[in-house]
Amino acid sequence: MAIFLTAESKVIVQGMTGSEGMKHTQRMLASGTTVVGGVNPRKAGAEVEFPGDVLVPVYGTVAEAMEATGADVSVLFVPPPFTKAAVMEAVDAGMPLVVIITEGVPVADTAEFFAYAQSKGTRLIGPNCPGLITPGASNVGITPANITGPGKIGLVSKSGTLTYQMMFELRDLGFSTCVGIGGDPIVGTTHIDCLEAFENDPDTAAIVMIGEIGGDAEERAAAYIQEHVTKPVVGYVAGFEAPEGKTMGHAGAIVSGSVGTAMAKKEALEAAGVKVGTTPSETARLMREILTGS
Amino acid sequence: MDLYEYQARDMFEKHGVPVLPGIVAETPAEARAAAEQLGGVVVVKAQVKVGGRGKAGGVKVAKTPEEAEAHAEAILGMDIKGHTVHKVMIAAGAAIAEEFYFSVLLDRAERRYLAMCSVEGGMEIEQLAVERPDALARVAVDPIVGIDRAKAEEIVDTAGFPAELREAVIDAIEKLWLVYKDEDATLVEVNPLVRTEDGSIIALDGKVTIDENAAFRHPDHAALEDKAAADPLEAKAKHMNLNYVKLDGSVGIIGNGAGLVMSTLDVVAYAGEQFGGQKPANFLDIGGGASAEVMANGLDVILHDPQVKSVFVNVFGGITSCVAVADGIVGALESLGDKATKPLVVRLDGNAVEDGRAILAHAAHPLVTIVETMDGAAAKAAELAAAAE
Repeated sequence: MAIFLTAESKVIVQGMTGSEGMKHTQRMLASGTTVVGGVNPRKAGAEVEFPGDVLVPVYGTVAEAMEATGADVSVLFVPPPFTKAAVMEAVDAGMPLVVIITEGVPVADTAEFFAYAQSKGTRLIGPNCPGLITPGASNVGITPANITGPGKIGLVSKSGTLTYQMMFELRDLGFSTCVGIGGDPIVGTTHIDCLEAFENDPDTAAIVMIGEIGGDAEERAAAYIQEHVTKPVVGYVAGFEAPEGKTMGHAGAIVSGSVGTAMAKKEALEAAGVKVGTTPSETARLMREILTGS
Repeated sequence: MDLYEYQARDMFEKHGVPVLPGIVAETPAEARAAAEQLGGVVVVKAQVKVGGRGKAGGVKVAKTPEEAEAHAEAILGMDIKGHTVHKVMIAAGAAIAEEFYFSVLLDRAERRYLAMCSVEGGMEIEQLAVERPDALARVAVDPIVGIDRAKAEEIVDTAGFPAELREAVIDAIEKLWLVYKDEDATLVEVNPLVRTEDGSIIALDGKVTIDENAAFRHPDHAALEDKAAADPLEAKAKHMNLNYVKLDGSVGIIGNGAGLVMSTLDVVAYAGEQFGGQKPANFLDIGGGASAEVMANGLDVILHDPQVKSVFVNVFGGITSCVAVADGIVGALESLGDKATKPLVVRLDGNAVEDGRAILAHAAHPLVTIVETMDGAAAKAAELAAAAE
């Protein structure tokens, strides 16, 4: 089962023929993802060869690719100036899930394509995210597939490398699905969307939620957990040392006044009954205690 | 990026928002010349990116050019909440009859835009929102439609403007939306929006934040950047395309990925409690897929920070190869030679970790310590920083 992504998912890559697209398509194929096509109007009809004698066809449009392959996931490695048009095209084609890896998308573009996707029923993940992995089944985006295997833990995080760190700390236990939702001010899929999906996923026994400074998504997630989540949740929040008014790498990671501080997020989560670790290792220990009793 | 008031004023003027004439000055003499050019009563306003400048004495009315010069003399160089005043704006005076409020901003939680408007201006909006929430109209704005005529009418009517001002305020709001939309802003705030005694609607003070991700379609925005005010190390790092923020502590930090680096700062501060309160000296994210050169550049920036006593390199290789990180460290130390004096604690995991650790072990540089866990490495770096004091 897992969430959003399974072994049956058929994936197309928008921007596959660019250098980033080529590199990551190769990595996705190597980790067992069913990549059924790429999209590039200037190279329609071509086939791209990947190691292991894998030939991936290139289509002129997302609609043609879906028609020919039955793809139900699109992943974007498209530069920021062209991201909005690429997402709009995928939404217009009726793609159920669109994963936007691109970093540096203007937030006005994201606001627009998110509103459009929502009106048409397309789920977006990202932008500025590592994508998602259901270990042993499928991997869409840039998450390393060799850190850990399948298991019962669901993970949702704004950050890529913190996701990898947590997968590594808990590698012996394994994960159902790990979703990197991205660090931008507006993201297509939120902590709450993932919590809801994990709560309903029979393959997930417990959830790790990683947050960071900026906005109030973690506070809202805490309220949601208290109300709707019965599975154990362990939390981690990064950014206690971040000063006010300075963006910490992610466009959304900024403390403005008293809004968005790590302390406020930690307290909100603890008030909702979530155990919050002080470091990634301690967070992993808390999860380990819950799942193994040791 | 937050803009100065004079930059916001210029941007308003460009999009047809009614503003008063204003001239920026960096010296008292320039302030006097500006006052002479404007004529009549002027206001000398400190240009700082922080609120509360009026209370701090950063806004003064001048009846003559001489008075403007004297006020500028007093205000330039003033410290307002840690911000030094380098510029003043000389603005034409206005006879204010009434003060209002308007803003449009990104609503992160609802993932759209929010317009806020009130006929009760002149106070801090946070205060108004708490004390008189009913007096603040909050109107959701669809990112696809934006603020069209109908939306501007809804905003003005929800706020409760009197009939005789309605048209002028609607017109101002439609033009403020052009600033938001066409300049890729994430905040446009006018506080106060005023009615003058002659009945005009004027944006008297403006705050604009622009989205740096949209720089590719706004080549003119590069000129808005305040290069003089930037920290020299931050400027150097930016020039090298590194994501760096200077902090006050003693442990230099390099990592990959914004979340992991933020977490590294926290873990160092946490471990530092055991060693006399050692704190991180900076945030530095070398990003995904970093090369040896990027790693060496990062180390170069951090080792030039005189506050740094030890360095913690914390990398989880996803796309980034630990080999590139190790090569970058070894290369940077070689090129620094005897000038490298600060101890480095390195923690590597993930992509090509064994090969990366082997490179460091083979180089066996006396300043480099390899520690296997993030918590252990943070403690070691804090301990070394404390020992160097």
